[in-house]
Amino acid sequence: MATRIRESRGQEMALTAVVAVVIVLFSLLPMLRLIKEIAAPGGTLSTVAVEAGLRSQATWIATWHTLVVGIGGTLLAVLSGTAVAVLVSLTDIRGRSALVLCYVMPLMIAPQVTALAWLQLFGPASPFLKLFGAAPPLGTKNPLYSTSGIILLLGVQYGPLVFLLVRAGLRKLPRELVEAARAGGAGWFTVLVTIVLPLMTPSIMAAAALAFVSCVGNFGIPAFLGIPANYLVLPTLIYQKLAGGGPAVLGETAFLSVLIGVIAMAGILAQEGMSRRRDYRISSTSLPAEPYELGRWRPVVQAGMWLLIVLVLFLPLFGLVLTSLVPGYGIALTAKTATLDNYRFVLFEHDAANRAFFNSFWLSIAAAFFAVVVAVPVGYLIAWGKQRWVRLLNLSVELPYALPGVVLAIASLLLFLRPIPLTGIQLYNTVWIILYAYLARFLVLALRPTISGYHQIDRALEEAAQVAGAGLFTRMRTIIFPLVAPAAIAGGLLIFMTALSELTVSALLWSSGSETIGVVMFSFEQGGDSNYAAAMSVVTVAVTFVLMLVTNLLAPHLPSGALPWRD
Amino acid sequence: MARLSLDHVTKSFADFDAVKDVSIDVADGEFLAVLGPSGCGKTTLLRLIAGFEKVTSGEICIGSDLVSNSGGSVAPEKRRVGIVFQNYALWPHMTVAENIGYSLKVAKLDKAVARRKVEDALALVNLQGMGERRPANLSGGQRQRVALARCLVAAPSLVLFDEPLANLDVHLRASMEDEFAAFHKRTGTTIVYITHDQAEAMALADRIAVMDHGRLMQLATPRELYHEPANEMVASFISQGILLPADVLSSEDGGHCKVRVLGTELVVRCRPGERPRAGAKICCRSADLDVSPDGLGFDGLVKRVVYQGGAARIEFAPAAGPDLTLHFEQPDPVTLESGAQARLRIKSGWLIPAAGTAP
Repeated sequence: MATRIRESRGQEMALTAVVAVVIVLFSLLPMLRLIKEIAAPGGTLSTVAVEAGLRSQATWIATWHTLVVGIGGTLLAVLSGTAVAVLVSLTDIRGRSALVLCYVMPLMIAPQVTALAWLQLFGPASPFLKLFGAAPPLGTKNPLYSTSGIILLLGVQYGPLVFLLVRAGLRKLPRELVEAARAGGAGWFTVLVTIVLPLMTPSIMAAAALAFVSCVGNFGIPAFLGIPANYLVLPTLIYQKLAGGGPAVLGETAFLSVLIGVIAMAGILAQEGMSRRRDYRISSTSLPAEPYELGRWRPVVQAGMWLLIVLVLFLPLFGLVLTSLVPGYGIALTAKTATLDNYRFVLFEHDAANRAFFNSFWLSIAAAFFAVVVAVPVGYLIAWGKQRWVRLLNLSVELPYALPGVVLAIASLLLFLRPIPLTGIQLYNTVWIILYAYLARFLVLALRPTISGYHQIDRALEEAAQVAGAGLFTRMRTIIFPLVAPAAIAGGLLIFMTALSELTVSALLWSSGSETIGVVMFSFEQGGDSNYAAAMSVVTVAVTFVLMLVTNLLAPHLPSGALPWRD
Repeated sequence: MARLSLDHVTKSFADFDAVKDVSIDVADGEFLAVLGPSGCGKTTLLRLIAGFEKVTSGEICIGSDLVSNSGGSVAPEKRRVGIVFQNYALWPHMTVAENIGYSLKVAKLDKAVARRKVEDALALVNLQGMGERRPANLSGGQRQRVALARCLVAAPSLVLFDEPLANLDVHLRASMEDEFAAFHKRTGTTIVYITHDQAEAMALADRIAVMDHGRLMQLATPRELYHEPANEMVASFISQGILLPADVLSSEDGGHCKVRVLGTELVVRCRPGERPRAGAKICCRSADLDVSPDGLGFDGLVKRVVYQGGAARIEFAPAAGPDLTLHFEQPDPVTLESGAQARLRIKSGWLIPAAGTAP
């Protein structure tokens, strides 16, 4: 009997061990390495790095800028996202799923593409404004190269994030709580202000915290809009220091990245505090409230919503496409001047761009594949595991994604600057260091839908297989994986879309030969070749759209909420 | 306080009629229970009265005001109805006092007056001094009382109860039932009380409206409902009535007529004006059945004997109708055994009126 017990425990131990190794390697190790660099650079405890960072005036200016655009962007995102969520969820507005799809779309587009698209829309060279002859004269400063420009685009980028969380909260609002207030004599607006919004405080706060972390850690938007105006935030300051100083300044940038991490954490802690101040727990479940009838205001509200969507989605993308068709900077687009040369150039002629497409595609595929394979056993332990310590697992996997990407990038640099001990393998200056960072950062994107997939599966299905004599690995392969596969694969596709035009991490980790799409796009834009950058953006956006449509085919097999753009 | 009248009210969802041609008049100060199995449309009826749903056809008046017809609907917040929800629907982010005072605040009542009214309402439901508590810190019964106080404080013209006791345990139910009855007596408010529990409806209501498949089956006092069900649905639904096929042999005389049931003749109660007809049904309760002491009655097979303490529940299949199951109780000493033959008699019954005849 003892052998049989050992056999059955053996598989579980093996699974737990593998999962633990993955978590340590991809979540804990980089974070610990970063902390070590701050507290004890070179192996001895010292405050030199911290002091140097604190003395530099650039640090304080960038921190101030980070807070300004972080808070401004968060406010804008919370206001717009909440307003759209309320209108979509609580009123009888029509065409809801199309609205949700279009409103959430900017979230699936990389921030630097959003930035590029908006820049092309309003700049002096704007082919769109030239269509009406309304473009400002060449040489005029683009109005988006400013603090308010950065705040505006951060709001546009992360409004949908707030929308998704608040909408999820509103869906759980039991109708009785609204109806009791209406029976008490409160009109719709009063109910909204006194009942609905207060009850949504936890959702709104959580959304605000998430938006804040995203805004503070965002690299693409302040890089495209801020660097030309010499308006630096912490992520762009780190980028400039590393680009100028190389590994020598790593210690200094490590301090800056921890500073970003601290600011992001402060946002999350503030949210925790706010949500605990009152009791917002809704105990009952029920149907959602009847939609409020807008009556004769409905066409007006609908028109307003679609106008918003045209502004935040269609116009920028249109501007992007127009720019990609123009032969050169400042040339007006006509039937005669329109050309596909930019596409030909980036797809077939430019070496770095070619490499970038190749690199980004296989990096994204590898990251997605790895995450799907790992998410199934990790999700199993977290969702169905009996040990309490596995709950901590969840937290440590969330960490690399919750913290701004710059933090992880710096941690990876520190970790692999020197060859890996004992093996002598050098990851620094190769594409593999980017892959490592992607694996660490994006794992949670596949893990979240997988866990919710597990929660929707009846555990008895696995137990039946167990009774039938299947060991853990056999059950994993024949029962569990097929059941959670759709959710995990949907997560994998999300990772692919996110990683494909990722910039924050690769901007700090790339080297010649390991460029990614985001990096080449960025260097085109910095070199003034907006047309090439636009062409690359259009290609990636198109790939993303096609993938979204493909993923939709999986929708019937997915836990609800796995695909953010599906209502 | 006001009367409530529903006039040929129909509510359809797509091609499904949730409420169909229901007409009810509730007098000022009356306690009306709406009773029916789940899915019978009673909750939709309450939501129509409250104004959360719109009628497809028909009219609803509260007091002398028309509030709903196919042309439009007065918003719920303008109807001055109070609702006590099954899950209490207390707002978790407000204190008990804030919950109760909500409608006063919405009506922009003077703060001092509002505070006094809230205190009065708290006293009325025996929750003095609990105003600063949070709903999460109250027991189920206390939450229910807060919900009651919340709808009281605005002095509504009509109070709607949506299965208010369904979430409470048995002991609490009995005491809350007393409390509701006392509340009705004290305030004299017109009440519409939705429930699927017959005992609750019987104990509380002046009249009961029985609904099934969206239709009003019978609107009557509890006594009448029990003794004189208007149709087979009500007869079998109320207190598990037993339906037996019968032929009416004589015309009504003094509220009774002669019928033949399972091969034996007996006299049952009936409506005035009944005439001899075939294919009728009578309704009897288990209390109307008895083991025949004098040999009169009908034979059959004892299918099952379930001892229930002090008495046994007997299931009996008459020889004249082996598909029927009659159930009754035999008190101790229980003499019947399953598989045995026995002879039963029916002491009394009620002739169910022919379909389509008005009372």
